Amino acid sequence: MSDLVRNTLRLIVFLLVQVFVLNKVPFLHQFIVPYLYFLFILWLPFSINRLGLLVIGFFTGLFLDYFMMSPGLHAAACVLVAYARPFVINLLIPKDKDEFNFREPSPRAMGWAPYSVYVLVLTLLHHFYLTLLEWLQFGTFLQFLIKVAGTTGISLLLIFTTELLFPRKVKFRTNAA
Amino acid sequence: MRNIFLFLRRYFTFICFVVLQLFALWMLFHYNRFHHAVFLGVANEVTGRVNTQVDKLDDYFHQGAENVRVHRMNDSLLNLLKSNFNYADTAQRNVTDSLRQDSTIAIRRYLWRDAKVVYNTVNAEQNYLQLNRGSKYGIKDDMAVLNSDGSVVGVVVNVSPNFSQVMSLLHVQSSVSASHKATGTLGKVEWDGKDPRFVQLKGIPQNVPVKVGDSVMTSRYSYNFPPAHLIGAISEIKSDPSTGFYLLKVKTAANFSAIQQVFVVENLQREEQLQLTKDTEKKMEEQKNKKR
Repeated sequence: MSDLVRNTLRLIVFLLVQVFVLNKVPFLHQFIVPYLYFLFILWLPFSINRLGLLVIGFFTGLFLDYFMMSPGLHAAACVLVAYARPFVINLLIPKDKDEFNFREPSPRAMGWAPYSVYVLVLTLLHHFYLTLLEWLQFGTFLQFLIKVAGTTGISLLLIFTTELLFPRKVKFRTNAA
Repeated sequence: MRNIFLFLRRYFTFICFVVLQLFALWMLFHYNRFHHAVFLGVANEVTGRVNTQVDKLDDYFHQGAENVRVHRMNDSLLNLLKSNFNYADTAQRNVTDSLRQDSTIAIRRYLWRDAKVVYNTVNAEQNYLQLNRGSKYGIKDDMAVLNSDGSVVGVVVNVSPNFSQVMSLLHVQSSVSASHKATGTLGKVEWDGKDPRFVQLKGIPQNVPVKVGDSVMTSRYSYNFPPAHLIGAISEIKSDPSTGFYLLKVKTAANFSAIQQVFVVENLQREEQLQLTKDTEKKMEEQKNKKR
């Protein structure tokens, strides 16, 4: 499967799971909203350029927005995540680019510790911005802080469960591809 | 000039980021329930198709509860049939036509249409439902939406040809005119975004006798909702010493996580009522100016 086909399928699956499974989870608590769809952006190949990432991020968020009737909310958060992703990756992967020839971020490619930091930082960023935008329209400051912590916790749980349930094969970048 | 191009090239990604970010924020803050969201008409058709397919499967999980609701509704209507009543004195029999036909449209106030919920959430702070009926079926903005047993669900906020979006009662901007059934006191029902099983009834003064379990109905003065439809029952009473009003927690009559079939109710006199209010305001304004 080419990168394009694989990532298109992934986008569809992530959106369907988010809209029809996670958004319909019976109500647990006001501060717990399970989010997983942005893992799609975290899983995109290293080779995509930064402009491409921004555009993909924008449309990922926008698609979800139209299902949830909140045009712009998730799009804004996703664009921010897509913009910050290259900076975080540059900090975490080895400086010697020649030895590093994995295709996309995964625990096996980056190692569990750097990958966890990568996921934690971007998840926190996504939820912080998303909740901030919601809070501007409604709510109190304490609610805002607790909600960021709560949603981040549940998202991390979901992301690591996903990583353990669906280990991706380590793909190497080759000249032939 | 060359420096400008160099600058643009150097910071091209950042500029794109800012542009996309501003566009997203513009969409977000431009949209509220009174304005139509950007591209929402087209998007509504697409999400509606997908939601309809998924909903076909989802239906099987709620069929039992839905049947019970419909059966109860039928039961209450069957009890109203004329054949259930005996008239002691046939000479003084007073026959009234209980069913209004369309020929009496001049006095018909509410028109009910059926619809099916294809998507619904309760977890967000701003919850919307999507219905499988749209402007082709005569659905318009601001129509009331009632559950299959007649309890309040929400208000239509946006329509496309085949689908419509409904602002649920569980939406932090939702505000429904309500009345306390036992005393007829008017208030309004809002949601604080915390628990989808409870909404808040506000504006009931503390001299009104209120008990736990009292019914809360839609008011007679609402422009959208037909009167005397159940919103919920009072489950907790607190008093707010600073305002002199109660803070009432109301358990909703509709179970929002299992809504399947709904009614969309149109107030046929809504336009006239709104026009009258507007004209009155204008008239009063003119009189005030005349006095000076």
